[in-house]
Amino acid sequence: MNQEVGKKEPGEVTTLYNEFETWTVNTGGQTIHAKRMPGFFRSFKDKAQLAMWLPFFLVPYLRWNGSQAILFDIQHRQFKFFGLTVLPQDIWMLSLVLLVAAMTLFAVTSVASRVWCGYFCFQTAWTDWFTWLEDKIEGNPTARRKLDVAPWTFDKIKKKLIKHTLWMLIALLTGISFSIWFVDAFEYWHDLIHLQLPTVGWVVIVMFFLGTYILAGFLREQTCFWLCPYARIQGVMTDNQTILPTYDYTRGEPRGKIRRGGEAVAPQGDCIDCFQCVQVCPTGVDIRNGQQLGCITCGLCIDACDVVMDKINKPRGLIRYASLDELSGKPAKKIYQHPRTLVYLSIILLALVGIVWGLTHMGAMTLKIVHERQPLFVQMSDGSIQNKFDFKVLNKTDKDFRVKVTAEGGVKGLVIIGAEQHPMTHHGRGTSFTIFARAPAANVEKDVVPIQFRVESLDDAKVFAEYTSKFYGPNK
Amino acid sequence: MSDKHDASSVPTTGHVWDDDLGDYINQPPKWWMLGLTVSAIWCVVYFLYYPSIPLSNGGTWFKGVGGWTAITEMEADKSVVDEVRGKYEAKLKDMTPAAILADSELTEYVTRSGKVLFGDNCAACHGQNGVGTHDKFGLFAPILNDDDWLYGGTIDAIHETIQGGRQGMMMAHADMLSEAEIDTLANAVAAGKPTSTPLFAEKGCTACHGEDGKGMQAMGSANLTDSVWRFDGSVEGIKYTIKNGVNAGTPDTRVAVMPAFQGSKLSDAEIKKLAVYVYKFGGGQAQ
Repeated sequence: MNQEVGKKEPGEVTTLYNEFETWTVNTGGQTIHAKRMPGFFRSFKDKAQLAMWLPFFLVPYLRWNGSQAILFDIQHRQFKFFGLTVLPQDIWMLSLVLLVAAMTLFAVTSVASRVWCGYFCFQTAWTDWFTWLEDKIEGNPTARRKLDVAPWTFDKIKKKLIKHTLWMLIALLTGISFSIWFVDAFEYWHDLIHLQLPTVGWVVIVMFFLGTYILAGFLREQTCFWLCPYARIQGVMTDNQTILPTYDYTRGEPRGKIRRGGEAVAPQGDCIDCFQCVQVCPTGVDIRNGQQLGCITCGLCIDACDVVMDKINKPRGLIRYASLDELSGKPAKKIYQHPRTLVYLSIILLALVGIVWGLTHMGAMTLKIVHERQPLFVQMSDGSIQNKFDFKVLNKTDKDFRVKVTAEGGVKGLVIIGAEQHPMTHHGRGTSFTIFARAPAANVEKDVVPIQFRVESLDDAKVFAEYTSKFYGPNK
Repeated sequence: MSDKHDASSVPTTGHVWDDDLGDYINQPPKWWMLGLTVSAIWCVVYFLYYPSIPLSNGGTWFKGVGGWTAITEMEADKSVVDEVRGKYEAKLKDMTPAAILADSELTEYVTRSGKVLFGDNCAACHGQNGVGTHDKFGLFAPILNDDDWLYGGTIDAIHETIQGGRQGMMMAHADMLSEAEIDTLANAVAAGKPTSTPLFAEKGCTACHGEDGKGMQAMGSANLTDSVWRFDGSVEGIKYTIKNGVNAGTPDTRVAVMPAFQGSKLSDAEIKKLAVYVYKFGGGQAQ
């Protein structure tokens, strides 16, 4: 690659396209049959995928106080998280959660490149499981390539049938597991078995079935190449300080085969051009061309290369996690010298503070008060001044309860009228009622006085909400 | 995609621009042609299904085979709303206004729709939210959100007022009383103490306004001791009222007429809603 580029003067626009001429990208015409080799990154990937996605299948069955522990109950517009119920009014916290997720992705990418893509992404994980099954059923990559072009014998049909059936079962389970995050898991299974799902339920399950089966079974690395936006975003997040699986070209070049027992014909680098790194790559790229769009940085080529280096008695790490700075001999910078990482981290921190604040200040009740605008106040027959307030109370607990209304501040001798019967508030719903505040005219010294209302559950004094409004009187 | 199809094998139109630019005469892609055909068919179907061609100046037009009209669509939408309201409306039908008031959920429903009814039927005189309106003589229509009621502020009294309307009455006293007497009375009334002058009883004011001057709701006479005024609480304003009366038949008399809304103007349910709505302005009184 570097030799090619070196031919033209740097700065010439045409040098941009030198790489393009030698660049080959598999646009789907060729099925990648990657070899599976054991190693550190192989086992890390296996564990990471399971740790990430086993909960996806299992967590919905978790129960808490007789109902599903974690439930995005769209139908009833609430999010249940163990004892906690989050109503749409508090959903702004979700945007902070998404922000944390996005920024974590960015921060990790800026430090260690596409960690998400390589070890955690559902596309990576499902594809890996699908190809693992393929490997078990149809044999190693060579056998699979042979089988693909072989005539349709009974054996081939049997193998293909088993494989696709298993794939479809996984795909179906994926659709079901996704759905039960949004409806009660056990009720969903009941409805599914009795074929009583609502239309939207069938649409979701079919979409996820087809999506999983096609994306993980057929599109595979093409998804990462052409469909996934993260690949593009994550690609631009790396810079010279980012560590990523890198081919040490200073050590490896010039590459060449070695002959057993024969002496080297010419001075030669450590790369023996054995193509193991390409053969194990799940996206089929050649890491020796440098970091590229197709590389999901899963480290499997590192495993493969290390095995080869051991065999030819060369030190490991011809392909290793290294930054471009390191490779070009520049001193490695510390993480706190990496401004973009620090920016991402500070955004994460801010968002986390927001979430913690939100969760601790969510309260069991929210109160909004609108002061009547016309008229701002009314003079009553005894000369006292009356203000009208529209109360909107949202009961976020799981019980209905009656509330009492009190006020602080305002004017001396203030009376609260309208809540004598203690209005009923229903759980998960907004209740509105009208409250009047009346005070003797003589005590109304200013035309606007702040007044703090408090609405409190009759059952539990800890369930309350406060709101500061204003008490209006005549101009003095 | 480009590798599937070698463009250079296709002839060009023959025109060449800027030395080397030419137009291939490739067919448009299949999906594009399909889109074009489907769009054309869609146009025809749409044209036939919906009203489309004006046939004459007389207002006839091709009605369309689908029978669609804007008004039926509106009716269908309205029936959806009516269905939501239905369960409340059904309950309201057989309930007294007082019973509605006792039900907080119904009260909430009624005050929402009452707002619209009030805006359409009442606000012209009583002002938005019942703040009252003024003309050059003083208050034209009473403020509805205070607790001073000529005919009573209980829910039933308000309901009755809206149903049957009201007509205030007070004789013009310009010819009966001397200027000095009117002046004395007006000053006493303006101070909120009408009984402080013996004239109040002697001249028969008590007949309507009561011995204590607090008015009688049965006949709608005003309470002269409180701080709320029907027309104008200044001495001059009170003098004017005493001299010219209310609805006294003279050209300068004050006018206080509330029309009846029962029958042609509003339905029974609407009147009930309005009664509750007005009651909830803030001046409603317990039975």
